[in-house]
Amino acid sequence: MSRRPHVRKRYWNEPEMGLWEKAYLPEILRGLFITGGVFLRNMAKWMTGRKGALTTYYPEETRPDYAPANRGKHVLTRRPDGSPQCIACNMCATVCPAKVIEIEAGFDPADAAHPKFPVRFEIDYSRCVFCGLCVEACPEDAIRMAKEVPDLPAADRWTMWLGREELLAWQPQSDVAKPYPPAPKAPQGDRP
Amino acid sequence: MIADLVIAVVFIGYAISVLMGFGTILTWVERKQAAVMSDRIGANRAYIRIPFTQVKLVWWGLFHGMADGLKMLLKEDFKPRTYDWYAYAVAPWVVFTPVLLVFAVIPFGGTITPARLWEPLAAVFGDKSWPMQIAPLDAGILIVFAFSGLTIIGAMLAGWSSSNKFSLLGALRAGSQMISYELVLGLTVLGLILVYGTVDLDAMVRHQSGTVLGFLPAWGIVYQPFAATLFLAAAIAENKRIPFDLPEAESELIAGYFTEYSAMKMGLFMFAEFIEIAIIGALFTTLFLGGYNLPFMSDAGFAFPGGATVAMPHGAVVVTQLATFLLKVFVVCSFQILIRWTLPRFRYDQVLTFAWKFMFPLALANLVVTALVVWWVGA
Repeated sequence: MSRRPHVRKRYWNEPEMGLWEKAYLPEILRGLFITGGVFLRNMAKWMTGRKGALTTYYPEETRPDYAPANRGKHVLTRRPDGSPQCIACNMCATVCPAKVIEIEAGFDPADAAHPKFPVRFEIDYSRCVFCGLCVEACPEDAIRMAKEVPDLPAADRWTMWLGREELLAWQPQSDVAKPYPPAPKAPQGDRP
Repeated sequence: MIADLVIAVVFIGYAISVLMGFGTILTWVERKQAAVMSDRIGANRAYIRIPFTQVKLVWWGLFHGMADGLKMLLKEDFKPRTYDWYAYAVAPWVVFTPVLLVFAVIPFGGTITPARLWEPLAAVFGDKSWPMQIAPLDAGILIVFAFSGLTIIGAMLAGWSSSNKFSLLGALRAGSQMISYELVLGLTVLGLILVYGTVDLDAMVRHQSGTVLGFLPAWGIVYQPFAATLFLAAAIAENKRIPFDLPEAESELIAGYFTEYSAMKMGLFMFAEFIEIAIIGALFTTLFLGGYNLPFMSDAGFAFPGGATVAMPHGAVVVTQLATFLLKVFVVCSFQILIRWTLPRFRYDQVLTFAWKFMFPLALANLVVTALVVWWVGA
């Protein structure tokens, strides 16, 4: 076994440092001037009441190129009389890869067209993967996903379960594919 | 006697509040300046809600410092099973205390005569005047080096007593790096001592209130621009911040010599680092930037190069000097933060090569040239 000293590979495009770069101090000063210049320029913008940053204040502001097809929080749609469109067929719960949807069906003899309705409809957002398969599986267009991301940071996982009422009440402003029959009286879910 | 005591207590209170204030504000300045430098907004979500209202005070993220302090106080104080528990517990204080002590010899203002500030104070203080400095010692700069050398012991203790290989490696790096750069630091200051002929920091500041060549303020940076650059670089290396943060290089050593520290013990290391930024700022201001005086200013007032003089009342002089010192320190701190967020980290062998083969000869050359010039001018 030969033990030759390690020879570092030389690449064809390896950058060569000239005397100027090797002197180190001028290049450092150049870097400091660049960053200092950016600092002063941005600071001047802030001082004159403009925005000196590229950052978007996310929940309050969204970028113009925020994907309109983004799969965010779920919405249960309603019929014109306000009852949920869901017929508790369990297709979404079956297709769900994360198994986060739980539906408990009820029976309503008064409504001959849709005798089944969900008594409970719960989504566990601590496990939801936002794949959108439930939306595709739904035969009744009862569940949709709005582009807004659920604002659900919570201290424990049980508060991340959302039930039927919350899912019905979200009233997304962005989903105009289907008009929602009762206009919301007070906009809900607004941030103060 | 009582008067001396009162003055000492007031000065110590002022110094400690200034240092703590700088330590707290600098965490905010560091975040915000780094953010603005890189087109970001910076931390701004922590708020204080006025009770019973929905008014949330954000104040450009100033409360993040409070949130950090609270977090560090409330976190679990993890205790590793180490064989040297006492050294482990005492190490953060060994790092933190000398940093505070260095400020004792730094003059943060000229002389103050309480009786001239407000007449009734004469009953207590007479017409004595005190230099605005906690310990007006002749040995000034020597005390600074003596105390700042102590922080090495703290870093070494922390690394050694954590019984962790990463900590030990970090401590070794910290030790060799800080000892190397301490030498450069001392050599750069020697040139200034030759020029001023004293090691007393207050006397150095007084020397700097004149003019050189008729129009330039006689600041240390004018006499010794080279030494000023070397001093700042060596001081940043001494403080173990980027680009010299090898002892705590997180990609190699987790957190270096304070890997095993958590909660407020880790907070003490961080706080000591931030206060040391302010200390470096204060030292640089005192040695190279004319200390607490504005250009052409002395305790009597302004004496402009054209020959015009402006006399100032004592109160105005005191306030101007205090404010000037704080402003200069803040600017130097801000410059250090600019350096920290601009330059990439050295490799470890480069750090020591830089100290021994680049800065050390340069500092020596600077010293020799200064000695020759001083001898030439003196002769």
